[in-house]
Amino acid sequence: MREISVREAIRDAMAEEMRRDESVFLMGEEVAEYEGAYKVSQGLLKEFGPERVVDTPITEAGFAGVGVGAAMMGLRPIVEFMTWNFAMQAIDQIVNSAAKTRYMSGGLLGLPIVFRGPNGVASQVAAQHSQDYGAWYAHVPGLKVVAPFDAADAKGLLTAAIRDPDPVVFLEHELLYGESGQVPDGEHVAELGRARVVRPGRDVTLVSWSRGVSLVLDAAAELAEQGIDAEVIDLRSLRPLDRATLLGSVQRTHRIVSVEEGWPSCGVGAEIVATVVAEAFDALDAPPQRVSGADVPMPYAAHLEALALPLSETVVRVAHEVCYTDG
Amino acid sequence: MAVSKPMERGTEDLPALPNLEVRSAASREPKPNGRERTALGQPPEVLLDIHRRMLLLRRMEERIGQLYAMGEIGGFCHLYIGQEAVAVGMERATRPDDPVITAYRCHAHMVVRGAAPEQVIGELLGKARGVSQGKGGSMHMFDPARNFYGGHGIVGAQVPLGTGIAFALKYRKTDRVCVTYFGDGAISQGQVAEAFNMAALWNLPIVYVVENNQYGMGTAVDRASAISELHRRGESFGIPGREVDGMDPVAVEQAGQAALEHARGGQGPMLLEMKTYRYRGHSMSDPALYRSREEVQKVREERDPIARVADVLVQSGVVDADRLKVVDREIRAQVMEAVTAAQAMPDANPAELLSDIYAAGS
Amino acid sequence: MPTLIRMPALSPTMTEGTLARWLKNEGDGVEPGDVIAEIETDKATMEVEAVDEGTLGKILVADGTEGVAVNSVIAVLVGEGEDPQSVEAATAELGDTAVPEPRSVPQPSAAKPAPPEDEPPAEAPAQAPAPPPAAVSEPAAPAQPSPPGSRVSASPLARRMAAQAGLELASIRGSGPHGRIVKADIDRALQMGGAPTTDEAEAAPERIELTNVRKVIATRLLEAKQTIPHFYLETDAEAGALLDLRRRINADLEREQRVTVNDLVVKATAMALRRVPEVNSAWGGDHIVRHRAVHVAVAVAVDDGLFTPVVRNTDRKGIREIAREIRSLVQKTRAGKLMPEEYQGGTFSVSNLGMYGIGAFAAVINPPQGGILAVGAAAERPVVRDGVVTAAPVMTLTLSGDHRVIDGAVGARWLAELRKLIEHPALMLA
Repeated sequence: MREISVREAIRDAMAEEMRRDESVFLMGEEVAEYEGAYKVSQGLLKEFGPERVVDTPITEAGFAGVGVGAAMMGLRPIVEFMTWNFAMQAIDQIVNSAAKTRYMSGGLLGLPIVFRGPNGVASQVAAQHSQDYGAWYAHVPGLKVVAPFDAADAKGLLTAAIRDPDPVVFLEHELLYGESGQVPDGEHVAELGRARVVRPGRDVTLVSWSRGVSLVLDAAAELAEQGIDAEVIDLRSLRPLDRATLLGSVQRTHRIVSVEEGWPSCGVGAEIVATVVAEAFDALDAPPQRVSGADVPMPYAAHLEALALPLSETVVRVAHEVCYTDG
Repeated sequence: MAVSKPMERGTEDLPALPNLEVRSAASREPKPNGRERTALGQPPEVLLDIHRRMLLLRRMEERIGQLYAMGEIGGFCHLYIGQEAVAVGMERATRPDDPVITAYRCHAHMVVRGAAPEQVIGELLGKARGVSQGKGGSMHMFDPARNFYGGHGIVGAQVPLGTGIAFALKYRKTDRVCVTYFGDGAISQGQVAEAFNMAALWNLPIVYVVENNQYGMGTAVDRASAISELHRRGESFGIPGREVDGMDPVAVEQAGQAALEHARGGQGPMLLEMKTYRYRGHSMSDPALYRSREEVQKVREERDPIARVADVLVQSGVVDADRLKVVDREIRAQVMEAVTAAQAMPDANPAELLSDIYAAGS
Repeated sequence: MPTLIRMPALSPTMTEGTLARWLKNEGDGVEPGDVIAEIETDKATMEVEAVDEGTLGKILVADGTEGVAVNSVIAVLVGEGEDPQSVEAATAELGDTAVPEPRSVPQPSAAKPAPPEDEPPAEAPAQAPAPPPAAVSEPAAPAQPSPPGSRVSASPLARRMAAQAGLELASIRGSGPHGRIVKADIDRALQMGGAPTTDEAEAAPERIELTNVRKVIATRLLEAKQTIPHFYLETDAEAGALLDLRRRINADLEREQRVTVNDLVVKATAMALRRVPEVNSAWGGDHIVRHRAVHVAVAVAVDDGLFTPVVRNTDRKGIREIAREIRSLVQKTRAGKLMPEEYQGGTFSVSNLGMYGIGAFAAVINPPQGGILAVGAAAERPVVRDGVVTAAPVMTLTLSGDHRVIDGAVGARWLAELRKLIEHPALMLA
């Protein structure tokens, strides 16, 4: 094991897979000479050259489509969006071309492609640059949607995503790039579609993913001081959703709170709650609850922004609500 | 009529057949139409092959239209009738390993690439042994084994895909070229321009073929495009363009060969504008109120690609009219056999509803 | 073979249209692609093109015909060299089948086809459970909705736990929001009720299906307790003399002929009923039934319930005869061979739990009778004799009476009579 940042973990995963498989290449805005708008692709141009680390024009729909076309020919493109906000230009290619082609072709044509980049809230960049797209892509059959929290998962899940035969939407988080964590030495491949119990507990299940896991871990620590033993689940994959792990946890704790940065309506939390209510109804001792971003475009002013974000204090308060205890 | 000028809506100023009309995009000067290089220069067996291939597409599409009218085919159904010279001419110009991609008017492109008509028709009938197992339908057919990559329903979205295919061909250091088709309606999509830019920037081996059938659904080209010479739409990216008589399969083939050589030789993308015409509506439910019956009739009488080749064959004494009738019957019988075979296929299997969303076992 | 030209569906939703006009006449040659007719739909006028070649042999639907169903035959095309007469044959063959059943044109929004029953989808939608059919998503409305507010609010988990522990939710106070009963409330209730286990699996009760006997007992006793206004009188009787008598009777008898305390009590009961006949009575709905005969029923416990076989004309039978009869009835009861006439028609019952060491208890009246005597154990107890406390065998006798039939004073008189007979058993021999 060694301690590296999430940023380095993502870079290492890409570099190792590019060394291992000549069909893997990286394309996107500022990925080569600039070494990534968020410095994720440092050193890749030098090692692999401009044919495999390809700077694109600012043309998201176009290069997303180019990536999909290259994948049709059996290449394994890693398409970086400078942020997922800009991928809205390309969502047609991601949904209509990447996700559906295998099905539309009756299985004749699969697309091994990874779309990746930072997702979720950033700091004071306002409505168009601060948004969680997890639910948008998790809605789509044919996509796999991954959102790692720590460095080890960032590396292991990205490695798995690059090797996967299907399109994977890989949601990173700007505010996590600098976070460090222990990563196994050598090849590290995690399994897509599996949640992880980060902290076992008896009284309430707190589920989140990506940066939400850090909020939830803070909340769990505070709850522990107040006598509530929270179980924390890092979902890691939004599609497929690891329903078995969620339901197993609820069978033990009888209470669940989901935490996400995205909007509440039709969000991932809504899917989690629906799953639990439909399949673990008799295990519930309280209505499942969601903590989410506020139902509003992200405001700019710092104090307004703070009001629109899920906070660990909110998680603590809602956990008390479902435990029928006083926070 | 010896010269052509930028074609406007309708049928005026059409080059007479036989003709090969290739114009430089950079030049708006009318040029002699090159009458010395005539279709008659083609050996008889070539013309017979072209004739037979085009007729198969037409008879298949007519029969498909009938099946649609009988309620056996559902949803959207876009027929290729009138445009046969483009698919056949280009197919003759491409190598079998050159990848091809197009939009939703794709039945003919499937068949010229070598797919069996019964597989195409089976797909339209929602059969288990249709090319896409009944999951794709009229607009979504793929045949990667024969280097055909669909079959795409979002107008213009296949253009970046084709560009990506070309990217992969270059990445793999092959000498293959991707032929990417789209319609005159698609050319105004932003991602088409995005794709042009990257193809030119990266010098990709690709030939863009805009099948200008004069109408993007119901909107005439001059009502949708600021310039109606669509072959010039690559100029700002340095992509050379050629206007081609898309009703002349020989002209199409020769223009295609030139463009493919250009791209195969490492000189980057090229844009061919095929001036063609569809006789039927945009889709089956289109009454085509945006054009006159006389306009359609005039094209059919004066420019129909099959009739033009047939006339050359008869006039040059290669075959007589009776022989062509026999050919027509043979082809119609072949299509009917395909229909019968497709109708006999088992229906798409409900047990396969949820398969092929992801790779098996993943 | 002539070719049939049918009314085309020109849009996915078209079911019929108007044949606006023919562009070819009968006898005209037709090439594939020729426009032969115009059809008006609800949306537009469309052209019909020929797909086959031939000669338009016969037009079957005239210009301007409205409401022509899709797929009905509108004309017949004759091929080259075919006999125009064959048109007649072809059209004649059509007969009533000229208009095929309109096909339902699949709509893009149409629900996916239900898989045939013998061919279930191989791959169940495991990762995404199929949405339930609309009908199921409707909450199942109770046939008679509870009045508002009457439903006990409880979490699903609490509801399940209460059901497993046999707790009435209504009896538990909810501590959650809006009085919702939650897991903690059930845990508390179980602790107070002495159900110590928190392991739900261990605490889960066993379900025992009802036997017919148990069903009858349940029905009868419920009826008794719900419809009979029970009252209870209790007295203690010194049993020393009775025990002496039994000893003396049994001294000369074989083991299987011996008399029990219960036999003696039954005899005394019968005699008391003869002496105070108001107690040998029953409620008749709008009258009182005063029995002339005394038939004492004796409660007999068996493995899965309770029977009350009857000693007929008990008052007229001697002690040994009663003993013999009761012994026989008990054996038959335990063997399951009791005949209906052997357990029907009792006028009063005796239930004795003395052999189990029970000191005193109150029994439930056995309808349609008016009373039952509960007999406790004859055990040594302190008694005061001549101002001196001494030990003597005493048994507690408890009368349960139907107050509609027996008043307290009457019951007391009867109980006093019984006590006298028990304490002075020689009177029974009189």
